[in-house]
Amino acid sequence: MASELSVMFRRRRTWAMLAALAAIPVLIAVAVRVTGAGQSGHGPAFLDRITQNGLFVVLTALVLCTPLFLPLTVGVVAGDTVAGEAGLGTLRYLLVAPAGRARLLLVKYVGAAVFCLAATASVLLAGTVAGLALFPAGPVPLLSGELVDGWTAEGRILLVGAYVCVSLLGLAAVGLFISTLTDVPVGAMAATIALAIAAQLLDALPQLDWLHPWLFSHWWLGFADLLRQPVEWTSFGNNAALQLGYVLVFGALAYGRFATKDVLS
Amino acid sequence: MSGPPQGSGPDGGAAVIETRGLTKRFGRQTAVDGLDLSVPAGAVFGFLGPNGSGKTTTIRMLLGLANATSGTASVLGQDMPGRLDAVLPRVGALVEGPAFYPFLSGTANLRRLDAADPHSPRATRRQRVADALERVGLQHAGSKKVKAYSLGMKQRLGLANALLRPRELLVLDEPTNGLDPQGTREVRNLVRSLAAGGATVFVSSHLLAEVEQICTHAAVMRTGRLVAQGTLAGLRAAGQPLVVVRTPDAGAARRVLDSLGLVPGPPTHGADMADGATVTAKLPAAARDGAPRPEAIVAALVADGVRVRGFSMESGSLEDRFVELTGEGFDVAR
Repeated sequence: MASELSVMFRRRRTWAMLAALAAIPVLIAVAVRVTGAGQSGHGPAFLDRITQNGLFVVLTALVLCTPLFLPLTVGVVAGDTVAGEAGLGTLRYLLVAPAGRARLLLVKYVGAAVFCLAATASVLLAGTVAGLALFPAGPVPLLSGELVDGWTAEGRILLVGAYVCVSLLGLAAVGLFISTLTDVPVGAMAATIALAIAAQLLDALPQLDWLHPWLFSHWWLGFADLLRQPVEWTSFGNNAALQLGYVLVFGALAYGRFATKDVLS
Repeated sequence: MSGPPQGSGPDGGAAVIETRGLTKRFGRQTAVDGLDLSVPAGAVFGFLGPNGSGKTTTIRMLLGLANATSGTASVLGQDMPGRLDAVLPRVGALVEGPAFYPFLSGTANLRRLDAADPHSPRATRRQRVADALERVGLQHAGSKKVKAYSLGMKQRLGLANALLRPRELLVLDEPTNGLDPQGTREVRNLVRSLAAGGATVFVSSHLLAEVEQICTHAAVMRTGRLVAQGTLAGLRAAGQPLVVVRTPDAGAARRVLDSLGLVPGPPTHGADMADGATVTAKLPAAARDGAPRPEAIVAALVADGVRVRGFSMESGSLEDRFVELTGEGFDVAR
């Protein structure tokens, strides 16, 4: 496990993706600072509140990153898990070590989950620093109207971060499964990312509303409920249950596929 | 098939690798067809065959990377792939060329692969990696990233990976691929020293010369089938001995040889026509026991007025035997 993480974090690609994610809140903060207050009601959610309180940089960045940039990076890492090793040829050496197929798969999934956490954390951290550096801090108005102090607000933001991170776990499991189907890592990455986008498109079609609660992306932007007083936990619970379901189903599929697969790469 | 009896090596020791009817099909194509392989303990076993004859597929099945379509395999006396977790830590392997993470150093790559086995002792890892690197002559390149390695260096690193722990069996697939003559010699010495240390070494190769110098036993594959297996001496003896006659009377010599039950080939003329031609004749396998002795052949030739200027018996080289078994030429099998 330690070796898996060290391989992941010794890759320049991992750091490039984390840096790109961190750049997004910084970019938002600088843009808003330079052009002055955004017009109320335009642009992504929370954008117009940034000038009042720096912590809204984080929330704006998460709204922007959740549908596209975070799934993109998670798709790259999750799609690479098994197919990447197969592509390098190291998969056969790991298996004759012997690493054990179930153990290898588990370690690979935990590695991808750690990346989900690191990716969310990097948006959170960069957003908080950029927001507090360029804009006033102080009491934050919640969506339900109450004002809370900065520390409580930061706590809520961490909750939102946890929500986003959990949201990505289902996608990571889907990516792991796709990764066991091929020896071409780029194919697995592209397929995972395409699925993330397709799920959101399907979620936008009202004709398919019976399907919506089953899409792994359905609750992705539901974190606003965590910004009410008292905290509304329903969407967090629904999201976590759905993601857990995806992890179990696609984890089982990935194991079913990988346990008996001929490794010919 | 000239293989040793099933279940035991020629010395009576248990077979280290034993397969029965091992078969692998990919779709409609049969890559390995009913393989009965038996590798005795302590042997340096050459696994020969042209490219595409099923050697690597066999190795993948022996190591549990691929599932056999039918048949069974046992390695170190235990069923594969059923007892994979118990068997593989005792086996060092180089499969179809080395493969590493290009963005990690040689040392980091070996540590990663060593850590992949949950039972490999962590405390001695650093030392074992350093020793393995030294054994293959990479001690000064360990900190370099693998993407800066030449093919030969990667091959050496692959061998180092197989030597991270004391192994009872080494499975080396084309170990000298990409190595210069110096490196090839070093690999030969390495294999000899491993065998001297009591390990069984299973070396696959499409180059006969490489195997001939180090192996005690060999098996030959052709289009997925095993066509010969046994000790090197046994394989050599199974080849057809040749009778070589140098004479100006080529036509008469061929008639005499033919009448003795030999199979003469067309005469070949040397640079100097006055010196006559060389006639070679094969001793057919069927007639081997009742074949005339060399002195009888010479006497028959002389009695018929053939002016014999040179005569020799040559036991077929292993190369002739190899070509005989696998077919000549550049066509990759299938």
